[in-house]
Amino acid sequence: MLAKRIIPCLDVRNGKVVKGVNFEGIRDVGDPVECAEEYNRQGADEIVFYDITASYEGRGVFLDVVRETAKKVFVPLTVGGGISTVDDIRETLRAGADKVSVNSQAVKNPQLIRDGADIFGSQCICVGIDAKKIADHRWTVFINGGRVDMNLDLVEWVKRIEQLGAGEICLNSIDADGTKAGFDIEMLKAVCDSVSIPVIASGGAGKIDDFSEVFEKTGATAALAASLFHFRELTVGEVKEYCRSNGIIMR
Amino acid sequence: MIAIVDYGAGNIFSVKNALDYLELDNKLTSDKNEIEKADAVILPGVGAFPNAMKMLDDSGLTATIKEQAQKKPLLGICLGMQMLFEKSYEFEECDGLGLIKGKVDRIIAPGFIIPHMGWNKLEKLNDCPLMNDLGDDEYVYFVHSYQAFCDDSSISAYSEYPDRIPALVTDGKYVFGAQFHPEKSGKTGLQILKNFGGLIK
Repeated sequence: MLAKRIIPCLDVRNGKVVKGVNFEGIRDVGDPVECAEEYNRQGADEIVFYDITASYEGRGVFLDVVRETAKKVFVPLTVGGGISTVDDIRETLRAGADKVSVNSQAVKNPQLIRDGADIFGSQCICVGIDAKKIADHRWTVFINGGRVDMNLDLVEWVKRIEQLGAGEICLNSIDADGTKAGFDIEMLKAVCDSVSIPVIASGGAGKIDDFSEVFEKTGATAALAASLFHFRELTVGEVKEYCRSNGIIMR
Repeated sequence: MIAIVDYGAGNIFSVKNALDYLELDNKLTSDKNEIEKADAVILPGVGAFPNAMKMLDDSGLTATIKEQAQKKPLLGICLGMQMLFEKSYEFEECDGLGLIKGKVDRIIAPGFIIPHMGWNKLEKLNDCPLMNDLGDDEYVYFVHSYQAFCDDSSISAYSEYPDRIPALVTDGKYVFGAQFHPEKSGKTGLQILKNFGGLIK
């Protein structure tokens, strides 16, 4: 049967890996290609690169990072950030990405999901979502790095995404992100119960049993973390070994 | 030299990257003569079956692939593997290359997420040189909604989802097919590609 996936995420700015805490206080931690190779050695099931560069020049440097990584790392690569058009998707896939993750642009222009899925296949269109709790059992979708509330109901949005042909959802909890208090189980459950496409849990991982908990309590098929792996508080291998010992299928 | 057939379908660059990494001499090509000269051939493919067969036909390579498959190792990957069979029913009935007996149809897995996407375990069924030096607990990366239906004798390894999905197939001679992506399956996939390279005489 399918194994649950552990996915390290690398936030890249101007060709360097950085990691923000609650999207602020960004720290520089190294060469993205080397980081990806290290995660590959640790047994990462997939690697996510997130481009947080704001400039056109930075984009070229970022795609070079993807290109170089694809020559050395032979697990699926997902690339997000700065993807607004079908041409951006094409360019990113050609650089060696297996999937793209669209976030703010998908909210502003949902047709991008449908066009991307029609042209390149659903399997390579992942929709990233930043969401925050606004009331009991209610969440809304934020864009622009979690700064702008779109007043869009999360559950409505994920159902729409599925209809538009997205192949996967990467769900980040703004409330949990950076807290290290565990994944947002309640929000993940609400989303997993609403769609039948795979959901990646993101935001909040702080200790090893947060990973087994998210797989035991929700339908998430993968768990993503950035700073935890960057700062070597845990290795991907340790997390997978722990999950395996808890009866969760791992590669 | 391994010819990677470039007929417009699929992420051929990741296959090339993997062969380069393994230092296996290779070339992306849509040239009939290059494919005839090659020591082995890889047929990649992503997308829909009828469209991929049409692109292969339009490239004028269908007959060449069939011919070469009788005399040198051929590896079909993902949709390229499905194209090795006689027929597919993706969207419409469509003839494949007919190099391995069987057909391709939708995965039947009620209650399971389709596409079958992610890492699944290889369950060995018959000996196959592509599985040399692999352990008993090997996972490979799949992304597909259709699967092969064929005799057990053609299946070297399968994965469970929840029924058997043929993962590695062969005609018992020169023709091999991987439903998964060896170029995206970490060390396990690289070993399988290395084993394929090792078939070159």
